[in-house]
Amino acid sequence: MPKDLPAFIPGIDRRFAGIALPVIVMAALALLPWLAVRLDDPFLVRLFTRIVIFAIAAVALNFVLGFGGLASLFHASFMGIGGYVVGVLAHHDANETPLMLGPLAISGTSDLLITIPLAMVCCVLLAFITGLVCLRTSGIYFIMITLAFNQMIFYYFVALERYGGEDGLQILSPLHFGPFAAPKGAAFYYVCWGALCASLLLLRQIISSRFGIVLRAISQNERRAIALGVPALRYKIAAFAISAAVTSIAGALLATNQKFVSPADLSWIRSADLVIIVVLGGISLVWGPVIGAIAFFLAELLLSSWTIHWQLPFGILVILVGIFLKEGIISSGSPAAAWTRRRTRHG
Amino acid sequence: MSLSLIVVQLLNGVQLGLMLFLMASGLTLVLGMMSFINLAHGSFYMIGAFIASSLLAWTGNFMLSLLVAVAGAGIVGLLLEIGMLRKVYQQSHLQHVLITFGLILVFNELARLIWGPFPVPLPVPALLAGSVEILPGITYPTFRLAILLVGLAVAAALYVVITHTRSGMWVRAGASDRAMAGAIGVNIELMFSLLFGMGSALAGLAGVMAGPILTVQVGIGEPILILSLVVTVIGGIGSIRGAFLAALLVGVIDTFGRILFPPAIGSMMIFLLMAVILACRPQGLFPARA
Amino acid sequence: MRLSTCIRRFQAAGSAALLAALALIATGNGSRAQDRELKIGIIGPFSGTAAGAAQQVLDGLLLGVDAADGKVGGLKTTVIREDDQLKPDVGLQAANKLIERDKVDVIVGPHYSHVMNAAYRTMVDSKIIVLSAVAGPSLIAGKQCSPYFFATSFQNDEAFEVLGLYLNEKGYKRAYLMAPNYPAGKDNMTGFKRTFKGGIAGEVYTGLSQLDFAAEIAQIKSANPDVVTIFYPSTFGINFHKQYGQSGLLKELPLYSAFSLEEIALPAIGDVAVGTYQAATWNFDNPGEVNKKFVADFTKKYNYRPTFISAYAYDAAQLLHAALLEVKGNLADKPALIAAIEKASFTSVRDKFKFNTNHFPIQDYILLEVVKTDEGKLIQVTRGTMQRDYSNVYVNDCKMPKP
Repeated sequence: MPKDLPAFIPGIDRRFAGIALPVIVMAALALLPWLAVRLDDPFLVRLFTRIVIFAIAAVALNFVLGFGGLASLFHASFMGIGGYVVGVLAHHDANETPLMLGPLAISGTSDLLITIPLAMVCCVLLAFITGLVCLRTSGIYFIMITLAFNQMIFYYFVALERYGGEDGLQILSPLHFGPFAAPKGAAFYYVCWGALCASLLLLRQIISSRFGIVLRAISQNERRAIALGVPALRYKIAAFAISAAVTSIAGALLATNQKFVSPADLSWIRSADLVIIVVLGGISLVWGPVIGAIAFFLAELLLSSWTIHWQLPFGILVILVGIFLKEGIISSGSPAAAWTRRRTRHG
Repeated sequence: MSLSLIVVQLLNGVQLGLMLFLMASGLTLVLGMMSFINLAHGSFYMIGAFIASSLLAWTGNFMLSLLVAVAGAGIVGLLLEIGMLRKVYQQSHLQHVLITFGLILVFNELARLIWGPFPVPLPVPALLAGSVEILPGITYPTFRLAILLVGLAVAAALYVVITHTRSGMWVRAGASDRAMAGAIGVNIELMFSLLFGMGSALAGLAGVMAGPILTVQVGIGEPILILSLVVTVIGGIGSIRGAFLAALLVGVIDTFGRILFPPAIGSMMIFLLMAVILACRPQGLFPARA
Repeated sequence: MRLSTCIRRFQAAGSAALLAALALIATGNGSRAQDRELKIGIIGPFSGTAAGAAQQVLDGLLLGVDAADGKVGGLKTTVIREDDQLKPDVGLQAANKLIERDKVDVIVGPHYSHVMNAAYRTMVDSKIIVLSAVAGPSLIAGKQCSPYFFATSFQNDEAFEVLGLYLNEKGYKRAYLMAPNYPAGKDNMTGFKRTFKGGIAGEVYTGLSQLDFAAEIAQIKSANPDVVTIFYPSTFGINFHKQYGQSGLLKELPLYSAFSLEEIALPAIGDVAVGTYQAATWNFDNPGEVNKKFVADFTKKYNYRPTFISAYAYDAAQLLHAALLEVKGNLADKPALIAAIEKASFTSVRDKFKFNTNHFPIQDYILLEVVKTDEGKLIQVTRGTMQRDYSNVYVNDCKMPKP
């Protein structure tokens, strides 16, 4: 039986499982608004909008975590900055005063077709700068240095009183995509769903490309890759930057959805939640984190409706998944996954 | 800043550092020897503080409460290791993160079920209340001095054990190359269980010592965990000496950073420190592994 | 059975469970309240470190509902609890769930300013009555005021403006200020400086994750103040009072604070708190009949004496009860209900209670001191009234729209 297929459906043709399952999941997600209408439950759409947004960030994180072997606690910063770019520019738009960056005056805007690419650019730059420092370390040291940088950014935004500091910044001006007003409800859900599809396809393409193969080689054994002439640091920084760009989209969408952004979106707890979501879902497949996000938020919602002490069963569930589902809920059982596992263990 | 103020702040920094050392020493050995990331380490700090609080309310004797709490935290750690954790060492770091993250949630919620959501009292023992004049014109709270002394005593004891006893030698061997140490006949499994238990006990001790100064309630373990991880990483994983020096460094820099700089920078200081150190020495100050 | 097969079946079962959970969630739809029913949602940090505060508010609210025999305004009342985990996005989701799925009519909370800010617009735009028993951000008191929002608590700056006025009267000339480095902390100290005529010997804002203030406390004496004023909520307040007391400074430098210390925390702080002063709007020893009954009933039901946020939550329930009775239980006519709530025609545990035009209370501020009773218990006693009918400056920024 071919090894490289989701381990929980034995005896199924590899091609079917490898492509069909994610397609089925994404199709199910696409049908959600219809289900919500049938059940007269608009809250479902809101819930899943949030799930899909976090799934985008988690999938992006998995690009460096699962395939690059880099457990980053920095991704909350990418998400948060993505949100803050949207929020700060909208704030200046509402105030009709320009944002002053030294001598440069940038006028505010609520046009997401401008602010989202701008958010991506900011995060890519940030990824380059911090990557140059962080990516020289590995293993637990890498985890900690990304935590350090994340906290620095967090405290910076807490101190930024002009934009609300810890109380956060409300987005009061109407956001829009070019000439179209930003959709709400199910329409916005489809925007997020589309972004998730695009991210999955893009990242899948990159993983199977030459770049992705080299990246995975680096994560499995960096010294060997360098000995073969690969400029490892450059590849890692590039991967980090790609991951940052996609994560910033998630952050921008979250800010648009909530009409609010605050330093809590940048805290290490958010970073840790993202890591948990990724590992829960499964790091060996590109779309594993989608399942992780669904499982995480549904479990949280279900358990917290049931009891005030929901963190107890939630914690137990997480522990059980960690012990028994060694590669997350969805895994490929492929040799690549085993390699990645060993790499992050000794790193 | 006057001389007396500098002295007092230095003492504050060292006291904070020694508290962090109590936490980080267990963490660094566990991480170094078994490559096991234990995020639930902060929970032992919390457990120690809670047990001491209950014992104190029951018996009124601080020393007894302290000993029971430390032993209690150690036993919980030992049971956890034997019952669950030793089976997952083979898994990846990420699975460790997942499992111990779950443990944090479980411990916090159990503590809440047992002790409730409100803070519980853990007063300074009467003998150590008040201040003492350490130098002419300079007074310092007696209890904090006691923390200093306890921290130094533990550090000295650890140093003696690690460098001058056979078991310490095995620990150092295991920390630097586990497979080899196992190959030459060291009972790695047993050593690890004991180490884990001891690390948890030390974390519990830190909790009991900090309890009278800070609150004792659900969730106090996590902030101290972050600081302990910072100390562990700066010091170099697997090295007690590294943890000691890093802890003092972090304690002093954090303390002076807070009073000399505005709050935003003050909060960032130790993270800045860690980033700078890791940028220059990516393995920390004194890594155990060659 | 081989382990791998076992695991595979577990994974299959796990995925099936996931889908089942999805189905369960999907069908968990609340029904619209019957005409004779009232649904109150309460959003608070029920898990995590702030759970104590969330519990206190809930207890106060539930007691208030009990006092109306379970029928606030004559309508059968259900209270639905949602955990916001102190995270703004979770708080927003909780608000959406309460509004869209549970179809509540009133929401109490969120209690913390940043979570309130995240959920505020959604709640008031959905025309839900929001009763805040704790949070009182300045923007909501001012520029972003909404007719649907009512605070039964206080606006952050007020207590410290009152303290400033009081310390002027007492003749203090140099104050040392400390607060956490976040908007509420800054607002409070700004309020103090607005009214205090003496000099500021020092103004220190500590980091949000900081729990040990030994270093900052050591600095105080060298700045030569004659009084220390602080704002440190919940856990921070407990830590600060403990450490300040342990430093011995209390003998020479009196400590004044507001909303930084409550009776339930006194055992954890210990005897070192004796002799500290607090500004408050309510204390257990308020003489009114309503208050006496409230304290007695609360202590009997929950085994601890209520704190000020429980008192505010109780008032919120009573307020709603009186207003609903006046509109004869008609929840559909929101403008009429709002007008009835504005009248505040109920007897508060604070005796006097009126709303200002920005829907924040106009109330008296009293001075409390921590003492040790003959039985060795630590309590706060009321020492006197500092200001009567006090209100906040933001009322001028609020141009209250029509509901």
